[in-house]
Amino acid sequence: MNPWPFIVAAYALSVAGTLALTLWSWNAMRRAEAEADALSSRP
Amino acid sequence: MHVYANPARFLKIARPLTAWLGWTGAALIAAALAWGLFLAPPERLQGESVRILYVHVPAAWLAMAGWSGIAVVSLMQLVWRHPLAAVAARAIAGPGCLFTAICLATGSLWGRPAWGTWWEWDGRMTSMLVLFFLYVGFIALAGAEKEKGGEGRLTALFGLVGAANLPVIHYSVTWWNTLHQGQSIDFIRGRSSIDASMLWPLLASALGFSLLFGAIVLMRMRAELARNKVEARLRRMAS
Repeated sequence: MNPWPFIVAAYALSVAGTLALTLWSWNAMRRAEAEADALSSRP
Repeated sequence: MHVYANPARFLKIARPLTAWLGWTGAALIAAALAWGLFLAPPERLQGESVRILYVHVPAAWLAMAGWSGIAVVSLMQLVWRHPLAAVAARAIAGPGCLFTAICLATGSLWGRPAWGTWWEWDGRMTSMLVLFFLYVGFIALAGAEKEKGGEGRLTALFGLVGAANLPVIHYSVTWWNTLHQGQSIDFIRGRSSIDASMLWPLLASALGFSLLFGAIVLMRMRAELARNKVEARLRRMAS
């Protein structure tokens, strides 16, 4: 059995999953902190 | 730990640390995975399929480390009522759940060429699947408790009780006759049965994923603290 399709699938899944969660967390953090900053600068 | 009970003091350290952990982790992961894919040798019996080791093992370690972290902060919440403990537990649960899913999926992808099967109901795989369901349960319970305005004490209790599954995962390959291979690295005694040519890329990958895991947890904590600040401010403005 050729193992390479399994290796590529395992790496793609790990990298895509980690990247997706990192970007999602970063985006959520940026939006929440921008909202908090905007609200605290309001008189 | 009590020094960081003040969110402002915590944020002062978390802000520069997030970027450092994130970029260092990403660079290390890229180097380690290239090392594992193109430079590390194939294994004598398993051949090329052993390369899945460099993503599967770090994911398994982080899945277990994540729940260990949840158990520690849950204890801090129940005993000392540390104000950031519940925030930290909720922040750890998401990436912990993701890495458990990655561990199960990559294990299945490794099992097919190595053992001839995608899945086997043996001790290691079943206890890992139980950990995945524990994470899902923790996320659901934490969300429900926060929505109801609770302190998260029930979730913390769940986090502590769920830690009972960690020794089961660790010793499953010793306690039961299993398809999964036994322990290859003994950190306590400083021994490893893995050749250095495969051990170093594995350790580099594990360190890279761990640093990125830390960055994700800090990002999620910062997001929740900012949302709490907005909610508090809006409540003050409304009253």
